[in-house]
Amino acid sequence: MIEAEKLTKRFGGRAVVDDVTFRCEPGTVTGFLGPNGAGKTTTMRMICGFSTPDSGRAGVLGGAYRALSNPGRRVGVLLDASAQHGGRRGREALAISAQTMGVEEGRVDDLLGLVGLDKSAARKRVRQYSLGMRQRLGIANALIGEPEVLILDEPANGLDPEGMRWMRGLLRDFAERGGTVLLSSHLLHEVDAIADRLVIIGSGKIVAEGSKEELLSGAGTLVRADDAPALGRALAAAGLPAREADGGGFLVEAEPRAVGAAAQGGGVALVHLAPAGDAGLEQLFFDLTTDDGEEGK
Amino acid sequence: MSAHAIDREEMDAAPGGRERRPGPARLTKVELRKMVDTRSGFWLQLAVLGLTVLAVVITVLAGHSEDKTFRHVLSNALQPAGILLPVVGILLVSSEWSQRTALVSFALVPQRPRLIVAKLLAGIVLALAATVVALALAALGTALASSSAPDVWALPIGLLGQDVVYVVTAMVIGIGFGLALQSSAPAIVLYFALPVAFAALGSIHALHGIVEWINTAEALEPLTTTVMGGHEWAQGLVALALWMGVPLTIGMWRLTRGEIG
Repeated sequence: MIEAEKLTKRFGGRAVVDDVTFRCEPGTVTGFLGPNGAGKTTTMRMICGFSTPDSGRAGVLGGAYRALSNPGRRVGVLLDASAQHGGRRGREALAISAQTMGVEEGRVDDLLGLVGLDKSAARKRVRQYSLGMRQRLGIANALIGEPEVLILDEPANGLDPEGMRWMRGLLRDFAERGGTVLLSSHLLHEVDAIADRLVIIGSGKIVAEGSKEELLSGAGTLVRADDAPALGRALAAAGLPAREADGGGFLVEAEPRAVGAAAQGGGVALVHLAPAGDAGLEQLFFDLTTDDGEEGK
Repeated sequence: MSAHAIDREEMDAAPGGRERRPGPARLTKVELRKMVDTRSGFWLQLAVLGLTVLAVVITVLAGHSEDKTFRHVLSNALQPAGILLPVVGILLVSSEWSQRTALVSFALVPQRPRLIVAKLLAGIVLALAATVVALALAALGTALASSSAPDVWALPIGLLGQDVVYVVTAMVIGIGFGLALQSSAPAIVLYFALPVAFAALGSIHALHGIVEWINTAEALEPLTTTVMGGHEWAQGLVALALWMGVPLTIGMWRLTRGEIG
């Protein structure tokens, strides 16, 4: 379990993280979503005891991270995939972590296999690793102590589509066995497919939180017609707030039933009418995380 | 203390428990490993060894006959360790920041001072090992030189102790600089430049009386050459306290107060 309670952090007078509260329960994957600079990394650093909050409290497994006596065996942390010594071999980097937390070194080879780093990659110095390989090494490092909780900052960054599918399987499996996962991303599609719940942060504040379905229920309807101007007029006539969606058509803040009725009223033939779905989530994410998130509230 | 906290402590005390806190011995072993398992660390250790051999060879081949005593060869053999081991110490700490491994190390050992204590212990172990190697190489060189000088093998026990102090404190000072500056290049530059600056200050007549107490070159120079008397020890200890104490104190303050990464 991971908890953040009224977490606030200021740098030079500016609140980088502002009154952030959320919980991650065992058995779930929580996607921590927000644009670059929204405060995701600072929040995760406070959870792991690298940074001290100005007010509020963060905890893991019912207490402060720093109170864990052998944290590597309970919480797997990946805060920056580049945070490995470039002159050290990949396998050696894992072996050091294993030795620190008292895990037999044989497990290192199992982990290298699990994350798909072969023998030649394991022998290479980390300096020669691509970002994707560093992410895999970092995830192996987080998993080595068989933890109950995973805290991963931008783990999908640098992974190819195959790597993304692999990570999705890995994290889903981890959660299904009762683990708690918090992973951050600035890209919606990265967390969308993995996470059960989303916590969306913009300019240091939590702007939305909930399951994808809960978030989407407010996302509106996507409607398209060949005669877009006529459709626009029909929606305006019906008093439905609409705006042009990416890829044509309108995103309407109303139920599909009402939108269909408005189109009929205007005599417009529709080619698409459905809940906004992913397009709505994309728009929601964009709305929530710009203009301090106020517009989307 | 809550009941929960007590349970947790009992769990920690259980031998072999997965939640048992990594002890100082284990952390020290890990830090020793970290000193030699990187490319730079490996070459630095090899350089210390190579230069020690070179110092012995040159002394034995080129020195005057009366200089080919164990005591003199050893004094020269210790110089590479005295000069380069502090760089090993600096890198042991500063690379955690410059290579950003602090984000991994302190995630596993969030009680930050415990990790630094392990680094100090590891540094001391390495310094002692380097002293033993220098002793062995100096003995070998002295035997091969087979000088006719009187008391070839005489080594006052006090001088041996001073040699150990010289190498160990050099290592600790290096670790202090690495910790205080948290950055490799500035720490190495300052480590070598500051004593030169102090020496320059010492050339100002009015300051000389003070500088001879704090300038390492002057105050610590007798450590490897002569059995020191009371006054020399006083100057040496003041200089050591200053050069070890100030960087370590600043470094620990930064470490415990500051943000990491």
